[in-house]
Amino acid sequence: MTALLELRDLHAGYGQTRVLHGIDLTVDAGGVTALLGANGAGKTTTLRAVCGMVRTTGEVTLAGERIDNRATEDIARRGVAHVPDGRGTFMELTVEENFKLGAYVRKDREVTSDFEQMFGYFPRLRQRWKQQAGTLSGGEQQMLAIARALLLRPRLLLLDEPSFGLAPLIVQDIFGILRQVREAQGVGILIVEQNANLALDFADRAYLLETGRIVVSGPAQEIREDEQIRRSYLGY
Amino acid sequence: MQGLAHQLVAGIATGGIYASVALALVMIYQSTHHLNFAQGEMATFSTYIALTLINVGLPYWIAFVLTILISFAMGVFIERVMLKPMHNASVLANVGVFIGLLLVFRNAMGWIFDYTIKAFPSPFESDHPLLGGLISGHELGSTAVTLGVLGIVYVFFRFTKLGLAMRAAAFNASSSRLVGIRVGWMLALGWGLAAAIGAIAGMMIAPVVFLEPNMMLGILLYAFAGALLGGIDNPGGAVIGGFAVGIIENLGGAYLVGTELKLTLALGIIICVLLVKPSGLFGRVVQSRV
Amino acid sequence: MSTSQNPLAATLAPVATPARDGVMLRILIVLGGFVAIAAVPIAFASSYQLFQLTLAATYAIAILGLNIVTGFNGQISLGHGAFYAVGAYTTAILMTHFDVPYWATLPIAAAICGVIGFGIGFPALRLGGLYLALTTFAVAVAVPQILKYKGVEDWTGGVQGTFLVKPDAPEFTGLDNDQYLYLFVLVIAALLFLMAANLLHSRIGRAMRSIRDNPIAAEAMGMDIARIKTRTFALSAAITGLAGALSAIAVEFVAPDSFSVELSINLFVGMVVGGVGSIVGPIFGGLFVVFVPNLAESIARAAPGVIYGVILILFLYLLPQGFAGFPRRIGALLRQRSQG
Repeated sequence: MTALLELRDLHAGYGQTRVLHGIDLTVDAGGVTALLGANGAGKTTTLRAVCGMVRTTGEVTLAGERIDNRATEDIARRGVAHVPDGRGTFMELTVEENFKLGAYVRKDREVTSDFEQMFGYFPRLRQRWKQQAGTLSGGEQQMLAIARALLLRPRLLLLDEPSFGLAPLIVQDIFGILRQVREAQGVGILIVEQNANLALDFADRAYLLETGRIVVSGPAQEIREDEQIRRSYLGY
Repeated sequence: MQGLAHQLVAGIATGGIYASVALALVMIYQSTHHLNFAQGEMATFSTYIALTLINVGLPYWIAFVLTILISFAMGVFIERVMLKPMHNASVLANVGVFIGLLLVFRNAMGWIFDYTIKAFPSPFESDHPLLGGLISGHELGSTAVTLGVLGIVYVFFRFTKLGLAMRAAAFNASSSRLVGIRVGWMLALGWGLAAAIGAIAGMMIAPVVFLEPNMMLGILLYAFAGALLGGIDNPGGAVIGGFAVGIIENLGGAYLVGTELKLTLALGIIICVLLVKPSGLFGRVVQSRV
Repeated sequence: MSTSQNPLAATLAPVATPARDGVMLRILIVLGGFVAIAAVPIAFASSYQLFQLTLAATYAIAILGLNIVTGFNGQISLGHGAFYAVGAYTTAILMTHFDVPYWATLPIAAAICGVIGFGIGFPALRLGGLYLALTTFAVAVAVPQILKYKGVEDWTGGVQGTFLVKPDAPEFTGLDNDQYLYLFVLVIAALLFLMAANLLHSRIGRAMRSIRDNPIAAEAMGMDIARIKTRTFALSAAITGLAGALSAIAVEFVAPDSFSVELSINLFVGMVVGGVGSIVGPIFGGLFVVFVPNLAESIARAAPGVIYGVILILFLYLLPQGFAGFPRRIGALLRQRSQG
């Protein structure tokens, strides 16, 4: 498999505060990489760094092309879709308008058929079509956020804690759909999760982040089965 | 009764002007949370451009369209060059830049076109009043123009992809970047549109109040009042508020305070709205940002 | 004063003595500076130059008032010219209609402006800063119209305005009227600047600044933000009103068109150029507002406005600390140079 996303010696921070101290990380084309770690370890910052939402040094390469220190909108236009923490939906706009914005940069004619495909994944969004996104339930908003991101037809999907604040049943639902998406669309996924079990189950590669440095990396399955790592880092 | 009806109609005609300027203010406010105190001066400047083009010999409507295009470009240019570096600056610094723009425009007009009051032509037949003296040709025509502009702006924002992207950029800049919208250019386009709308308002009011560098100052005040009344973050509300203060102004001027205190009436409306319903009639509830 | 009461200073006793020496030195410098500023023009300046300096001092006071609310408390006012106008008209009306001596009109003018400031600030201050900017801008635009209003013409003199008589210098001073008025305004200005400096280093001053810098923390610490803001606004209006009253005495004339929106904008420009949130800044601001238009007007009638606008924008981009921040800016540059 070829690498879709590669981070090499990536540093990032906000103002004077440095958060990442040299991260190396890979997402394979069509593969799922999980990024684990405690609160404040720098997981969200890593995703933001990929999207050009924070200042970085080091290399970020998307399918062979350097994208570090490009504008966020240009990175999105190269096929990186980010579902940030707080979901990044347009609360004041309707579900329909959120869909249209998701496909904003696309020029092809298959947008409407992709809408149908999203309804296939998330039937509830069809019922909420003319409703303001802000009036949706938490689970529906997360679905809308993922649909919005997929409508970009991304090569790389960044997910920041998709299970956050949702009921277990809905989380199961969403991860089920993410598996379908992965198979159907061949999109590479970099996922940040608090729920390590869930993420390791879903991913094929995993990294463990501690105060801005990677302390463990390897195939997700090995990490899941390594009792010592589980006990000392993942706490279950 | 005839008098009252005439005041109402005249109120709607000037209300259209206030509504346009209020809309221009709110468009910029929504995307940047700043109020463009130079909006009035920019509109007056555009009107001078129109007069210059007409004096050169261009037919009215060609001058009209050209003025709109020039004003649009001017708005885009000002945002890109002067305000872009201020995106992360304090509110005070931004207010300062607007005041600086106001000073430059106002005095540049005095310098280039001098301070004498100038007549500005109306494209609408104005010799004989219509509908039994209820409305003049210019009032009818300018109302039609402002309503047309407001309608076009509504359709643009509601039904076009670019309009949707501009709304998205105003509501949530960081999410907009994530879907690939060039937010900076959306702001500049908003400035361009606001300047173009202001230019139309200026060209429509100039035949009534005559053209001089101070022309839009009182109108800007009423536009502020209208925007506040309708809700400073709600474009539709600002338009309704603009028409409302136009009617209030005309009725108040005729039956209450006389023409001498028209500006004071606008001030009174502003203070009343802030005291009674600071979020305006249709605005989202303003959270005290201390 | 505040250092000696500070418990920290007491525990650091060895440090406190040189600090007090520093204070003494500062007082001497300020006093010496004041005597120089007072004596040199009185000795050498023409009566017109003295008049201009007197005006600059009144503008400096007015800008000080504006700086207290905008610079130190973070509340943007674009309408302080209105308080200047109310102060001026209060003095004019009291002097011409009630024969009140000029000096006795000053506290009355300040008090009236304070009350009006409280009344205007009250609705707007509870909301975001832009609402105050908008409301005060509207006040500034409406003021000339209110002053021209026929219903109050008997008092204000309507469009024509009202003439005042310049006070005579008391004989024991041995000064002429212009020299005396200059000294009088200068003494009041010095007192107000000292008062402002003390206020800003007091507990209330710190509260004002913390509301500007971090309103959420200030609220969490239990400060009554709306109360402090409305009172600051009232104080600021009173100081600017007092400046207006002095200007009426100096100009010997008040008329509506001297108090147009341009006046408010000039005060704002003077504040930014002098230095937002600086005590000495308004002095530069006052000098700027009086002397720069004089220089610029020789180019064209509209030139001062254009130059004002350009200078305002340039300062905001390049020197947001204003003139008052100039030495610090140069110091920082030199230090950078020597380090690297």
